[in-house]
Amino acid sequence: MNTPIIQIENLSISIAGNMILNDVKLNVAEGDYVSIIGPNGAGKTTLIKCLAGIYDNWTGSIRLEGKPVSERSNRELAKLQSYVPQAEGRTNPLTVEEFVATGRYPHLSAFTSMQKEDYVAVDREINRAGLQPYRERRMATLSGGERQMAFIAAALAQNTKILLLDEPSTFLDYRHQSNVASILKSACRESGITVVAVHHDINTAMACSDRIHAIKNGVMVFSGSAEETADTGVLHNIYETEFNITPSPHSAIPIVTSGGNA
Amino acid sequence: MNKSLFALIGIAVVALAVLAFSPLFGMQFIPLNATGQEHDILTGIRLPRVLCAFAAGAMLSLSGMAFQALFRNPLATPFTLGVSSGAALGAALYIRFGIAFAILGISGTSVAAFGGALLSILLVYGLTKLKGGFSTPTLLLSGIAISFFFSSLILFIQYISGLTHSFRIVHWMMGSLSTTDYSKLANLLPFMGIGTLLLTFLHREMNLFMVGEDIAISRGVNTGLVKKLIFLAASLMVGGVVAVCGPIGFVGMMSPHICRLLVGADHRFLTPASFLFGGLFLTLCDTLTRILSGWSSGAELPVGVLTALLGGPFFILLLLNRRGGLDL
Repeated sequence: MNTPIIQIENLSISIAGNMILNDVKLNVAEGDYVSIIGPNGAGKTTLIKCLAGIYDNWTGSIRLEGKPVSERSNRELAKLQSYVPQAEGRTNPLTVEEFVATGRYPHLSAFTSMQKEDYVAVDREINRAGLQPYRERRMATLSGGERQMAFIAAALAQNTKILLLDEPSTFLDYRHQSNVASILKSACRESGITVVAVHHDINTAMACSDRIHAIKNGVMVFSGSAEETADTGVLHNIYETEFNITPSPHSAIPIVTSGGNA
Repeated sequence: MNKSLFALIGIAVVALAVLAFSPLFGMQFIPLNATGQEHDILTGIRLPRVLCAFAAGAMLSLSGMAFQALFRNPLATPFTLGVSSGAALGAALYIRFGIAFAILGISGTSVAAFGGALLSILLVYGLTKLKGGFSTPTLLLSGIAISFFFSSLILFIQYISGLTHSFRIVHWMMGSLSTTDYSKLANLLPFMGIGTLLLTFLHREMNLFMVGEDIAISRGVNTGLVKKLIFLAASLMVGGVVAVCGPIGFVGMMSPHICRLLVGADHRFLTPASFLFGGLFLTLCDTLTRILSGWSSGAELPVGVLTALLGGPFFILLLLNRRGGLDL
């Protein structure tokens, strides 16, 4: 078996005196779609931010393609992985096109301007995300769903092997949820991009993931396939509430609902 | 080709026109083909003054633009962040205690003002970071606190100073371009050159800071280094201007906003646009004060008073319109 593209070992981090992640181990195989699930405040976002290089006061080891992240420059890391933050409502005054072009940053130097390949990448991702009608629109004037697509398009324009996402479809309506799911699926299955996504919703995670990892109180408590996740015992252990698992008439993956036998 | 580029070219044309025609106006109109004494006034007094006004306006506008991107806040300016006061304190300390020195032809006042500006940026940045974010209240409160504290220190320096020093400090604190000449222009230009060059190269980084620091990191920006470079560029420019012209407020707030409406928020266009617009704006304000003094035939109105008169209402407009198109 090949070396995993992401290798995390003994990852621990404390923020303001609180232990947020404790001795986390995680391997991600190249080309996989991996979901991180877990209750609120479990440390999912912190894990993604450690990976993305936003937090750097952790201990342990994170290796990308076998090489520790500490031995890579910010720019080198940004050529390898891109990041889509949690939608927090903050917007910016750039237009969609200008914003997607920020994804080309690691490929440019201070002394060069955008080259043909950069414009090609920006065009490609604007089209893939279905944002052509909004090209010239300012990000602030978009709906939450369109804005999220623009964040994903910008991350894809970065042209990286790894895409990190923090709750990519939370707060979105059904149409945009499905748009986000299909663009991520196409990135992973067709372009071979390794996707690591924090998911709030178990069904979303199960529908697309090769592997699912669960964090609870900063500790990795479960790793398995979608089928293995769809187990009342496993889910109860993660979320400490009752679940129902119903076979889906449309898919091999069952439907999970919370609440137990009402 | 592109709306932003067209708007930028438009601003450049207006800026050139303002630079060309402003020297002709003043207490009295002097035609371009004037001879003798009038010609000397035109080239020896008015031209350096117009160039100083343009350079100072450009520098204040650029530093305001950089602060707004870095703090992701439309109300962040050299004035509201207390950076102008810091620079003024540095300069006042130098005027009172300084031994006359010059580094590579740059006056000690400028160096001291730069030091003061840098100190207050670091203080505001440290304070807001300690409070966990660049929210408007935290930012403005820190800026105001530092501004008041430094202003009090300046008053204290005046208090312990003799009449001569005290008068020099008061006169210069008003923010005026009335005593500018070629040597003062020479004192501005190195600060303008380095600051403008730095910010021109950092246009992509400023875009990313405006989007958010997390995104900037994930795109590969060395945020620690870039922040230091932006602080350096901004303090050089604010310090440079304050040392020569005194604290002139609000140019750094109004000009980048108007430019954002004209050319958009991409710093590739916004940086040159803010430079040109800030320059032409302060030049126009200064020309207006000269014309006014001709009418009133009294003492000249310090240009800082005029920019503050225009800037005060603009500031309130921005505060009221936070959810509008001007929001960062």
